[in-house]
Amino acid sequence: MAEYQNIFTRIQVRGPIYAGTPLEGRGPNNRLGTPSFNHLFGRLGDAQVGPIYLGTLGLASIICGFIAFEIIGLNMWASVNWDPVQFLRQLPWLALEPPAPSYGLHFPPLAQGGWWLMAGFFLTTSILLWWVRIYRRARALGLGSHTAWAFAAAIWLYLVLGFIRPLLMGSWAEAVPFGIFPHLDWTAAFSLRYGNLFYNPFHMLSIVFLYGSTLLFAMHGATVLATSRFGAERELEQIADRGTAFERGGLFWRWTMGFNATAESIHRWAWWFAVLCPLTGGLGILLTGTVVDNWYLWGTHHGLVPVYPPSWGTIIDPATLPGAPK
Amino acid sequence: MSDYLKQGIIYGATLIGVTAATLIGITTFTKLQHPPVTAVQRGFRGTAIAQIYDPAELAAEKAASKVPLSLPPVGAAGVKASVAYKNVRVLGNLSVGQFTRLMVSITNWVAPKQGCAYCHNVANMADDANYTKIVARRMIQMTQNINGNWQSHVQNVGVTCYTCHGGNPVPKNIWFNNPGPESAGGLAETQTGMAHPTERINYSSLPYDPFTPFLEQDHDIRVQSTTALPTNDLSSIKETEWTYALMIHFSQSLGVNCTYCHNSRALGNWAESSPARVTAWYGIRMVRDLNNHYLDPLNGVFPAYRKGELGDSPKIYCATCHQGIYKPLFGVSMVKTFPELQGPPASTAAALEPPKAAAPAPAPIPAPAPPPKKS
Repeated sequence: MAEYQNIFTRIQVRGPIYAGTPLEGRGPNNRLGTPSFNHLFGRLGDAQVGPIYLGTLGLASIICGFIAFEIIGLNMWASVNWDPVQFLRQLPWLALEPPAPSYGLHFPPLAQGGWWLMAGFFLTTSILLWWVRIYRRARALGLGSHTAWAFAAAIWLYLVLGFIRPLLMGSWAEAVPFGIFPHLDWTAAFSLRYGNLFYNPFHMLSIVFLYGSTLLFAMHGATVLATSRFGAERELEQIADRGTAFERGGLFWRWTMGFNATAESIHRWAWWFAVLCPLTGGLGILLTGTVVDNWYLWGTHHGLVPVYPPSWGTIIDPATLPGAPK
Repeated sequence: MSDYLKQGIIYGATLIGVTAATLIGITTFTKLQHPPVTAVQRGFRGTAIAQIYDPAELAAEKAASKVPLSLPPVGAAGVKASVAYKNVRVLGNLSVGQFTRLMVSITNWVAPKQGCAYCHNVANMADDANYTKIVARRMIQMTQNINGNWQSHVQNVGVTCYTCHGGNPVPKNIWFNNPGPESAGGLAETQTGMAHPTERINYSSLPYDPFTPFLEQDHDIRVQSTTALPTNDLSSIKETEWTYALMIHFSQSLGVNCTYCHNSRALGNWAESSPARVTAWYGIRMVRDLNNHYLDPLNGVFPAYRKGELGDSPKIYCATCHQGIYKPLFGVSMVKTFPELQGPPASTAAALEPPKAAAPAPAPIPAPAPPPKKS
């Protein structure tokens, strides 16, 4: 017998096309197009596509995002002299770099970082417009604004990296390049320059919340799936009216972890873990270079760094010896 | 859903799955290091200061670094080479026997297939017409300089022509100023000196030519603050990427991890570094000296086909001698049996005389992309 599964399902759930809940005048509701079903979408989730609401903010956001995408992509393509094969081969390595440090916070020529500023401006505008859309659509549906604030936490980290910290440092060059490997190499270089980010307490917190989020997500998902045969996937109902599904899940956690969240509070745990990851991470980045210049030495000063017996005797910096070559 | 569509999806998914598995398998077997590997602990336990070696790779390297036997030594007695031969500028104080022994050895080390004629006009051995002879003469002086003045790096092991050449007229690992791949120009972003993969920086997106600023010019390699709180260290993240690229070259050239020289928890800290870092520090200065005083001034002597894209001389970096091994030739000293290559040049005046065939003035060193410095 076919059975319904949550991620990959052999059953196509096909009810009559639904229009969603009426907005009762809380926002525009000019949704476009005739809804249809998509089999592949149905395998992963809801098969219904449309009607679509784009709205002014959504459209503006997509246009700005497209401009940023084009600036980045075309500059990358130009860096391999418009060679389509090299563009594809080198794509993960290609970059649109911020201006050189000598430009400080001035506007550089287009070819020397100006494109990076433009791309950053349009990408940031696109993201912020989409944030407003998320907020207003949530309000239009009469929802809380939790999603918008969670997205804002991610935007905080993005803005610290690309805008706020460079402003405080007085140099656009401190910001992250656009590019797949380039931004990863930048991350390593950032830690190298500022004396090992692992000794940055906010970096530690951020990692705690990052790994904590993934762990909580897996624990929560596993519990709901394991108890869904008793109706636990109807989570909101479980909040208001505990059924056997929640009682079993709660008992399971008391037996295995010694403690159980409530059906409502588990989502607050998850929300805060996820949101605190970029919030603390952003603080850690913001303090680096502005307040602390070498986290290892800072950690040594504050007793954070363990002391090991020397392995090689006394090593002296040869540049400090008299008569040393430059 | 029709059965055909169902089957199509199943076959399609299978095909994609098999292709992906094959690609992952090929990548795993060809690109990744396979076990066993040997880890040698070098620092305090638990600090991950260890060197990772692949026994198979190590065996191959050992086999490839076979040290040729030295010819039996010859006495210093007898007629001096400067008396017996014409136009002997560097090794004139050797006896004819010693001189001939060294010439034969150099042939074996550098041009075993081409023989004497690679450098000499065999009809008149004193003739300086071949550029190779002028370069070889300067390279002998360079070898004497390395062994005599740079023991801080080569210690008592020293070098001979064979260390770099290994039987090749041109050493396998040399470099040129790298202007980077051609970009479209115009309004598009100019080449930033990075974000194009090359083997020399282990296919990272870091700067692809960290050698020009650090091993030819003398830009500051140090980028980490030496104080916990900000003072006046204006090193940028971009500069750090250049340093990082250079360090990757070190690691690759010597076949070692970062922890061969550094304690990776505090890379800039000398007190926690290994003695190898001091040796490397002198190595950087040595390579700069050799590139600036030996290779670059030969620019007018090298024919165009020996020069780089920008018309610069071939240059030396760590890989030239080390060739993937922490000590070239695994630390075997060949120079012990060639005392004439050991000391500083006997006649400094002759040594520093500019090469005869030198063209007007060597081209100024181009600076494709020096690491950006904060203003």
